[in-house]
Amino acid sequence: MLEIGLAHYLTVAAILFTLGIFGIFLNRKNVIVILMSIELMLLAVNINLVAFSVHLNDLVGQIFAMFVLTVAAAEAAIGLAILVVYFRNRGSIAVEDINMMKG
Amino acid sequence: MIIQAICFYLFAAITIASAVMVISARNPVHSVLFLILAFFNAAALFILLGAEFLGMILIVVYLGAVTVLFLFVVMMLDINVAELRQGFLQYLPIGGLIGLILLAELVLVLGSWVITPEAQAVARAPIPPIDEVSNTAALGNVLYTDYIYLFQASGIVLLVAMVGAIVLTLRSREGVRRQSIRTQNLRSREQSVEIKKVQSGSGV
Repeated sequence: MLEIGLAHYLTVAAILFTLGIFGIFLNRKNVIVILMSIELMLLAVNINLVAFSVHLNDLVGQIFAMFVLTVAAAEAAIGLAILVVYFRNRGSIAVEDINMMKG
Repeated sequence: MIIQAICFYLFAAITIASAVMVISARNPVHSVLFLILAFFNAAALFILLGAEFLGMILIVVYLGAVTVLFLFVVMMLDINVAELRQGFLQYLPIGGLIGLILLAELVLVLGSWVITPEAQAVARAPIPPIDEVSNTAALGNVLYTDYIYLFQASGIVLLVAMVGAIVLTLRSREGVRRQSIRTQNLRSREQSVEIKKVQSGSGV
């Protein structure tokens, strides 16, 4: 219990990932919280990568965590830009209204 | 060892608690602030693991740029908070069910997971001893040699994201007065200045 090992970090990451999934289902009206849930899931993935990297004594995991951070930053920028444009056009950010784009 | 355990449980507990608050907070601004708290504690977990560079990057890039960008957008949009909460309870059962199934599957995977002892021997880039090479230098040694193409590709990803964000949000607005240097320069003296002889005592 007091010896902090790989399993502890993986448990934290698993709980964080589940919370991210849960947040997507819970906040169907709010795109911002959905984007934040995606950020939480990416953070969980990063914790997994870093924990395995340290446990297996291999730096490649940390390199990949850095690339995940890069892609997450790009995704947040594009997502928020789409959100701003959508709000400008519709005046709301509810996910359920987005289906008006289909045919 | 006991201090490490205490730190781990503290940071992990705050991370998970603030993640719960992120998805359940009533106000989106509070969600963003709790997201900042979650990322900060995750950075502390990274430092606890020995990945100092990633922890600092998480604080500088994530807290300094991405979450503050979230904060800007949340405060810029005029959102009706009460309207956003509709349907919260409606999706609670199905969301909770799927979350529980996912968590159970993850726990099953974790419980039966065994890492072969040979895994350490085949490490592609073994972590050098910390008293010889620091974590940042070791990361740079690997990133700028073996992964230089991926590094440049991620730079292109960021460039495309920047261009995309600008293209999406840029708009030409009607009715905005702008300075037009060309028309300013094309004005002649005759168009702009007129000399009038004013008789004294009679006004213009």
